[in-house]
Amino acid sequence: MSAPQTKASELEVLSVESADVRVTETAWQRVRKNWSVRIGGVVLALLVLISVSAPWLGTVDPTLFDAASRDLVPGKAGEITTLDGEILKHKFWFGSDSFGRDIYSRVMYGTRISLIVGLLAALLSLAFGIVCGLSAGYLRWLDGILMRFMDGLMAIPAILIAIALVAMWRGSLTTVIIAIAIPEIPRVTRLVRSLVLSIREEPYVEAAVALGTPTWKIMFGHILPNTIAPLVVQGTYICAAAILVEAILSFLGVGLPPDIPTWGNIMAEGRPQFNQYPHNIFIPGVFLAITVLAVNILGDGLRDTLDPKMAKRV
Amino acid sequence: MVFHRKLASAIVGTALVACAGAASAQGDPKVLRVVPHSNLAILDPIWTTAYMSRNHGYMIYDTLFGTDEKSQIKPQMVESWTESPDHRLWTFKLRKGLEFHDGAPVTGEDVVASLARWGKRDAMGVALMTFVERMDSPSSDTFRIFLREANGFVLEALGKPSSNVPFIMPKRVAETDAFKQIEDYTGSGPYIFKRDEFKPGDRAVYVKNPKYQPRKEPASGTAGGKNVYVERVEWNLALRDVQAQANALVKGEIDILESLSFDHYESMSKEKGVKVLNPNLGLQYMCRFNHLHPPFDKAAVRRAAIASFDQRQFLKAQVGVDELSKPCASMFTCGTPYASDAGADLQSKSNMRKAQELLKQSGYDGTPVVLMKPTDLHSIGKLPDVAGQLMRQAGFKVDLQAMDWQTLVSRRAKKDAPSAGGWNMFCTAWVAPDIWSPVNNAALDARGDKSGWFGWPDGPKLQDLRAQFMRETDAAKKKKLAEAVQAEAFNIATHAPLGEYVQPAAIRSNVSGLITSGMANVYWNIKKN
Amino acid sequence: MLNFIARRILATVPVLAIVAVLVFLLLRLTPGDPAAILAGDAASADQIAQIRVSLGLDQPIIVQFGIWIGHLLTGDLGESFYYKIEVADLIAQRLEPTLSLATLTIILAVLVSVPLGVIAAWRFGGWFDRALMGFSVMGFSIPVFVLAYILIWIVSLKLGWLPVQGYKRLADGFWPYLQHLILPAITLSVIFIALIARVTRASVLEALGEDYIRTARAKGLRESKVLIRHALANAAVPIVTVIGIGIALLIGGVVVTESVYAIPGLGRLTVDAVLARDFPTIQGVILFFSLVYVGVNLAVDLSYVFLDPRIRY
Repeated sequence: MSAPQTKASELEVLSVESADVRVTETAWQRVRKNWSVRIGGVVLALLVLISVSAPWLGTVDPTLFDAASRDLVPGKAGEITTLDGEILKHKFWFGSDSFGRDIYSRVMYGTRISLIVGLLAALLSLAFGIVCGLSAGYLRWLDGILMRFMDGLMAIPAILIAIALVAMWRGSLTTVIIAIAIPEIPRVTRLVRSLVLSIREEPYVEAAVALGTPTWKIMFGHILPNTIAPLVVQGTYICAAAILVEAILSFLGVGLPPDIPTWGNIMAEGRPQFNQYPHNIFIPGVFLAITVLAVNILGDGLRDTLDPKMAKRV
Repeated sequence: MVFHRKLASAIVGTALVACAGAASAQGDPKVLRVVPHSNLAILDPIWTTAYMSRNHGYMIYDTLFGTDEKSQIKPQMVESWTESPDHRLWTFKLRKGLEFHDGAPVTGEDVVASLARWGKRDAMGVALMTFVERMDSPSSDTFRIFLREANGFVLEALGKPSSNVPFIMPKRVAETDAFKQIEDYTGSGPYIFKRDEFKPGDRAVYVKNPKYQPRKEPASGTAGGKNVYVERVEWNLALRDVQAQANALVKGEIDILESLSFDHYESMSKEKGVKVLNPNLGLQYMCRFNHLHPPFDKAAVRRAAIASFDQRQFLKAQVGVDELSKPCASMFTCGTPYASDAGADLQSKSNMRKAQELLKQSGYDGTPVVLMKPTDLHSIGKLPDVAGQLMRQAGFKVDLQAMDWQTLVSRRAKKDAPSAGGWNMFCTAWVAPDIWSPVNNAALDARGDKSGWFGWPDGPKLQDLRAQFMRETDAAKKKKLAEAVQAEAFNIATHAPLGEYVQPAAIRSNVSGLITSGMANVYWNIKKN
Repeated sequence: MLNFIARRILATVPVLAIVAVLVFLLLRLTPGDPAAILAGDAASADQIAQIRVSLGLDQPIIVQFGIWIGHLLTGDLGESFYYKIEVADLIAQRLEPTLSLATLTIILAVLVSVPLGVIAAWRFGGWFDRALMGFSVMGFSIPVFVLAYILIWIVSLKLGWLPVQGYKRLADGFWPYLQHLILPAITLSVIFIALIARVTRASVLEALGEDYIRTARAKGLRESKVLIRHALANAAVPIVTVIGIGIALLIGGVVVTESVYAIPGLGRLTVDAVLARDFPTIQGVILFFSLVYVGVNLAVDLSYVFLDPRIRY
């Protein structure tokens, strides 16, 4: 869940003395040489490739089922009837679930959902967090109230907010993404605010203020670029957490509708028959773990190279 | 570091103290550990139709009549009764020794109050009360029912085995507003509810009622002697994952699994130390149309949908075990007195080509069908998927919407258009006694938007036939009328029956005597060695 | 000192107030009608309206909020719509399993992770260090429920060592109690072991670079003493801090773990209450969890005074 980035942001808050690490040529070179970044990046690139090319990887419609082919073990051949009444011979590489749906197809298509949720939840919480953080850090009158609000939001366990929101609004991709992103906003806000507070003391910002540059220009033109490195790192951790939370919501039955192929849904569907067909849980579980692992490794690599001050602490 | 050591010793100390007060009740032959089919939330079996509340009712309350395995009504609390020649006055005498848990005797007054409250909530009770002029209790062990006109279902109603069962409560409890839940759980049944040990979502505990006097006849269905051979019954409400339930039964951590999931039927049948029991009577799956809104406001479109529903596909996907399920074209459970195939051609000879043709002729304009699917009810969760796929093959546009059962329940009550939060179709399952007669089969109530059950079909002819059935007292004529009712219901396509299944139970082999009637889950007559 | 504690406690009041407002709005501004759910399968519109009145749901939101806050201030969490008993009682009934699971998890995590972290720092850059860092990334990445199923499969099903599911009260005996908690606690502790081991390693590593450690070593102190008495003592503050932050994580994990192992705790209660739209219970549970979160972090702040002699208030 939100472990790595919780810790990361907290310690970042402690460690930010001056975050002047700009994304420069040298930083980029450092990033490319880093093994964690390479490994995480390659695995993620593969997963993206899978998700984009899912229809051409020997898959069938992941929602199509044929009760005659239910509960097949991996590698067994069976049949699937299409909506036009056509009967397809199909090999079930990862077996079939209790509807007779092809788990291989569901896992491949499920990659899409996980990556979309991870990416969009990270972007959404970063966007809101940046706006709130910049405002709190730069507008004194707003700081107190906004940060108290964030403290309150942070005190509610993330998973509880997500469960409540999704269950109440009924699971669609949009609600799931929003529900996962909201609890992450306070941490981003705190991070951005602390960065702003330190950067605004920098001579070049003070100079800009003295020259009468408008506030918004200072915020977005001078301060924001300096927060990019730590935010990229933070973003990867949120992404990893979001992928996990989505799977948990689906698994608990309060996430996306169960006919939508997500890894959590496949596992939830396989749960009643875990003893006989453990692969229904283990195969999507392995994909999920590898994806989260790749994102986390990438995040660690980026942190080590983009944000060396943090790297020293952990 | 002194601080740490102090902390550690404090923790260990607390653990030891807590440990000292320990006592174990595991594997006790006097304690029956049951995993029911669902969670028990509401303790008033008149207020709700939930089957868990009904089963709770059978633990602590007694009934006037019971229904035996052969679907025959048999006296339970009643000793004897008489019926006047014009069928309008019914006099019942209670048997001796009936006593509430608080020691007070059960009187005719208690019965009259209980029936009055039940008659405000239960569909069959409401139907009965439209005939009832008044009820009274001339002496403490007698009560009478005066009817305005004769009807043919007085005993069927008083002995109905499933929700809402006319349980007999003390008068002071039965006087609770029928639309408020009771708070006093005194009954006269074979078990006493341990209110202090009830932990919602965790466990419910019942202890033997030592003063209960069972009838002499052997137990059968909900009739016969309710002999109790254990001291205590514990319902485990926390164990809800079906895999964990199966594992717990195999390991002997529980004694009875009320509802064995189909996925584990085969493996459990082979398991040593476990017995699997199949009841004789089945449940019926059905999909219900909303008659108020397009596209299902047209009978022709509804008939096209029924024609596409090949029952075997539903049963294969939802149940998957051939010996537990069978197609049944009747709207009244197959194997019960009123079952027939009258008018059922559409269903029993359904095929995709016919469905496609019917749909073309019906003038269906492509309005998407909003089909509601419950995500948290494994027992019926797959039906909508099958219905959706079959209807798509027939040429329908289907909007399958997933939601939890509670949301579905509140949404199906809405008469709004599907685009405004309403719906077109949902699927469910009924136990046999709830649908086996034209009186209580709620899906046949065709009073238009005044109908008692969701879907609101409008069928004046169907209503007329049902009214005739209610007034009829001759068994053979009743059977004929039931056939006419079913034929008309298929004609206007009130709903689609989707086949039947039996719900197996699984028990440890040292447990014997569990009654598996397929009507209600009851826990008397059980021995544990 | 007392002054500091008082100020710190006072500071939690606005946070809890905001939590209360947020939780209330979160639920009341969402669709789903608890009255319709409570009314049951065959209720008419009139019956549903009647129930709505009896629950007070017909009042304007602001009035409902006023009533709820008023009761809250007197310690009354209200009555569960669904179970018809006091929410406070409901929480009390479910507290033991959750508290036991959480406590055992933390104890287990600290006992395992702190030595690991110290050894990794001591052998900085060696194979043990690398293995631990690798493990810790894995620990963050494996979903709790996947881990739970792997453990159930191996330990309970294949080896038959521990029960598959369920919970036994402490009053039913200590051994059955512990037996049922071991697997869930191991499952839940993995992510904490990863987290705390990392922080321990980093803190000890930093401390090892300090002058006083060199002094201690120069004095000829045994390595184990240097590590434990000096380096680890200095790492106490970040370790305790990370435990405090981890409480939120623990609560999330509890919800999932209880669901997999069929433990009747607060996590299960939350999921059930959400599905039943049982507003008072959801509000009560979330408020309770938030209180725990705030309380633990308060305790963590205060513990600095004991753990780090340099911190004085």
